[in-house]
Amino acid sequence: MMDVAHYMGVPLGLCMAPLLLGIINRTKAFFAGRNGSPLFQAYYDIWKLLRKDAVYSRTTTWIFRSAPVVGLGSVMIAMILVPVAGSSLFAFTGDLIFFAYCLGLMRFATVIAALDTGSSFEGMGASREVHFSTLAEPALLLGLAALAKLSGSFSLTGMFGGLSGSDWLASGPAIALIAFAVFVVFLAENARIPVDDPNTHLELTMIHEVMILDYSGPDLGIVLYAAALKLWVLGALIVNILICAADLSGFSGLIVFAGGMFILAVLVGIVESIMARLSLLKVPQLLVGAGAMSVLALILVMRFTS
Amino acid sequence: MKCFIDISNGETAKLSDVPQLSSNDFRKIIIDEVAQGSRLSALFGHLLPGGKVLIYAVLAQKETASLLLLSSPVDGKYPALTPDCEQAHLFEREIAEQYGVFPEGHPWLKPVRFPPAGRSVEDLFGLLPGNNQCGVMDYFKMAGEEIHEVAVGPVHAGIIEPGHFRFQCHGEIVHHLEISLGYQHRGIERALLGGPDKRSIHYAETLAGDTTVGHGLAYSRILESLSKCKVSARAQVIRGVAQELERIANHIGDLGALAGDIGFLPTMSYCGRIRGDVLNMTAVLCGNRFSRGLIRPGGVGFDIDAKCIENLLKKLETVRMESESAVDLLWTTPSVLARFEGVGQITSAVCSKLGLVGVAARACGEAMDVRQDFPYGIFRFSHIPLSTWSTGDVFARAFVRWLEVQRSIAFIREQLESLPDGDVMAPIGKLAPSRIAVSMREGWRGEICHVAITGENGKFVGYKVVDASFHNWFGLAYAMRQQQISDFPLCNKSFNLSYCGFDL
Repeated sequence: MMDVAHYMGVPLGLCMAPLLLGIINRTKAFFAGRNGSPLFQAYYDIWKLLRKDAVYSRTTTWIFRSAPVVGLGSVMIAMILVPVAGSSLFAFTGDLIFFAYCLGLMRFATVIAALDTGSSFEGMGASREVHFSTLAEPALLLGLAALAKLSGSFSLTGMFGGLSGSDWLASGPAIALIAFAVFVVFLAENARIPVDDPNTHLELTMIHEVMILDYSGPDLGIVLYAAALKLWVLGALIVNILICAADLSGFSGLIVFAGGMFILAVLVGIVESIMARLSLLKVPQLLVGAGAMSVLALILVMRFTS
Repeated sequence: MKCFIDISNGETAKLSDVPQLSSNDFRKIIIDEVAQGSRLSALFGHLLPGGKVLIYAVLAQKETASLLLLSSPVDGKYPALTPDCEQAHLFEREIAEQYGVFPEGHPWLKPVRFPPAGRSVEDLFGLLPGNNQCGVMDYFKMAGEEIHEVAVGPVHAGIIEPGHFRFQCHGEIVHHLEISLGYQHRGIERALLGGPDKRSIHYAETLAGDTTVGHGLAYSRILESLSKCKVSARAQVIRGVAQELERIANHIGDLGALAGDIGFLPTMSYCGRIRGDVLNMTAVLCGNRFSRGLIRPGGVGFDIDAKCIENLLKKLETVRMESESAVDLLWTTPSVLARFEGVGQITSAVCSKLGLVGVAARACGEAMDVRQDFPYGIFRFSHIPLSTWSTGDVFARAFVRWLEVQRSIAFIREQLESLPDGDVMAPIGKLAPSRIAVSMREGWRGEICHVAITGENGKFVGYKVVDASFHNWFGLAYAMRQQQISDFPLCNKSFNLSYCGFDL
C-alpha cells in the first residue's frame, strides 16, 4: 500500500491542480452572493483551448512559441521534487534551490515571450513581474533555508518529511512565520489578490495576465494549465509546512494532503473576497515584509535550535 | 450698448436681442465674466444664411441664477479665448473643426470628433474631404531616455464605448494623458436641424444612452419654452422622480464598478444587482428600464397610480437598505480606502479653471448643481441638499456619489408621498420663430446644456448640445498627471464620462 501512495503525488497534482481554481472561484462566488461557474470550469476551458487553432502576431518569433512548453516543463519538474504525504518521486541534497529556479525558469520564459511581442502592455507587465519576483524570491528561499536548518536536511523531501508535531511545540513561531511568508509568495507568484487580480479585464492594472494576452488556442491552454500547476506546487509547500507529514503516511497522508489543498484554496477565495487589491506601489512593501518574516524565522531557528 | 442679455434657465430670448459684438469685445467680456466666477456653459458656432459664422456664448452666472447670452460674427479667424480662458479650449477646437474658422493663438488646435467631411476644400487641419480618418492626428509626444508611450483603445477589453487614450510615461508614472475621441460621432446636432419632428425626441433620448432622462428633459424644456407650454405639477414630479432614479441607478452602478476595478468583490457584485433593481423601478414607471418613452415635450408619457406608487416606495426602501449595507463596506475596508484616497486628485483651483461640472466638480468642493443654482421643474419647489466633498480624489468622487444616492432616495420618497393631481400631458404648439432657447438640467454626470435657435418658420436652424462629459474629459486627463498608470482605470471609472455624449 505504501508503495502505491508513494507514486500518487505527481498524478494527483496533474489531475487536481485546475480544480483549485474552481474551488477559489466558487468561494468567491459564495461571498458575492452568486452561484459561480462550475467547479470544473478550468478543465473545460483548457480542453476547449487545446482543440482550437493558435493565432500568432507577426512580430513574435520562436521564443514566443516555445515559452508555454518551457514553462509547463519547468513547473512539472518542480512538481516532481515536492513531497506529497512525506514522499516525492525524486529528491537530492540542495533540490530546494533547484526547485526555486525551476519556477524562475518558468517566469523567465513568460517574461521573455512577453517582451517578444513588442507590445507596450506586455512590456509593462514583464517589468512588474520581474520587479516583484526579485522581492518574492528571497522570501521563499530564506523561508526554505530556515526549514532546512530546522530539519537538518537540504532536500524538500527531507525537510517536510522530518517535520512533525513536536517541531511545532519546539519552534512553532518560526514555522508559523515561514508559513505566512510562503503564503504571501504563493499569492504573489500566482497572480492572486492582493497582488494581482486574475479576473480583471483592465490591461493597465495587470501583471501576469497582461503578459499572456497574445496567446491563443493550445498555447493559452498550456499556459493556463501550467499556471494551475504552479498554484498547486507552491500551495503544496504551504500544506506541507502545516500538516506535519512525519506523523502521516500512505493513503491517509494523501487524503489529509488533498484536504489541506482544499482548505488552502478556500482560504485564497476568502482573502480575495474580503480585501481589495493593493496599489502596485504597495506590493513591494508586502513582499519585503514577507522576506523580513523569513529572515526572522531563520534567526529564530538558528538561535533556538542546535 | 448692452454687452449681453440675461435669461433664466429654460427661458428664451428674441434672436435679435442677443448683442453681436466685435471679436475683441466678445473675448474680453467672456474672460472677465469667467474670471469673476461665471462658467462657460456653451460656446458654439452658428452658420448664417450668407455663409458667415456667428459664435454664441452661454455663460452661467450662479449668483444671479441667470444665463448670459452674447454673440460675435467671425470672418475666417478670430483671437482665441483659450490662452486666457481654459474652459474654452475644447469648444474652440470644435468650432474650428465644424466651421473652419481659425482661433488665432489657440495652443492646442486639433480635431475633436473627426466628422465626415462635407466640405470640398482642405479643412483647417490640412485634411482633404474623405481623408480625415478618425483618430489620425498629431499626438502630443515626449522624448527622452526611458520615456515610453502606451496606447489604449479605441477597442477596449471591457464592454465600454470606443475612445483612444495615449499615455506618455516614465516607468509607471504618467506624465501626460491624451484623450482622443470621436469614434461615436453620429451627427445628432445636424440631424436635429429642421426639427422638431417625430424623430427629434428619440435623438434627444439617445444623446447619451445612460442619461435618457437628463437629455430628454433638457430637450423637452426647449420645446416647452419655445411654445409657451405649461407642464402640470404632476408631470413635473414624475419627471423629477425619473431623473433621480436615473441618478441612483448610475451612481450605484459606478460605485460597484469602482469596487470591481480594485478587485473588491462584495460591493461590486451587490451594486451590480442593486443597479438592476433601480432600473426595474424605472420600468415600473414607464415600462422601460432606461426611461425611454417617459419624458415627452409637454409632460410625461405615462401616469402612475396609487398601486404603482406603493410598489415603488416598497422597492425604494429595499434598495435603500441593500445599497447601504453594500456601499458601507467601501468606507469601512482599509484596503479599499488605501486605493481611493489621494488618487487622481484635482484641486478646486484647477477644477474651476478647467470648468468641470457635476460630480467631479462637487468632489473638489465646488458648490455647484443646476438643480440648486438654476432650479427647474420640481426643483423650484423642493430642494435636494447639495453634496460636496473637499479632497478631489477618487474617494471624493465615490463618496459624493453615495451622498447623492441617499439624498435622491429621500427626495423620491418625499415626492411620491405627496404626488399632486392633474394631467400629465399638455399639448405642444408651434414654436416661436427667430428665438434662442437655453435649457440646463443636472444629469447624473453633471450639467447638461441644450441651446436651440429657431428660424423664421419656427423650425430649428441651430441646435447645440453640451453634455457634462464635454466639460469633464479634460479633467480626467489632468487628474492622471504624475499618477501611476495602473491607477488609470480607477480614475477613469471615478469620472465615468460618456463617449457618445461627447461625440454626439
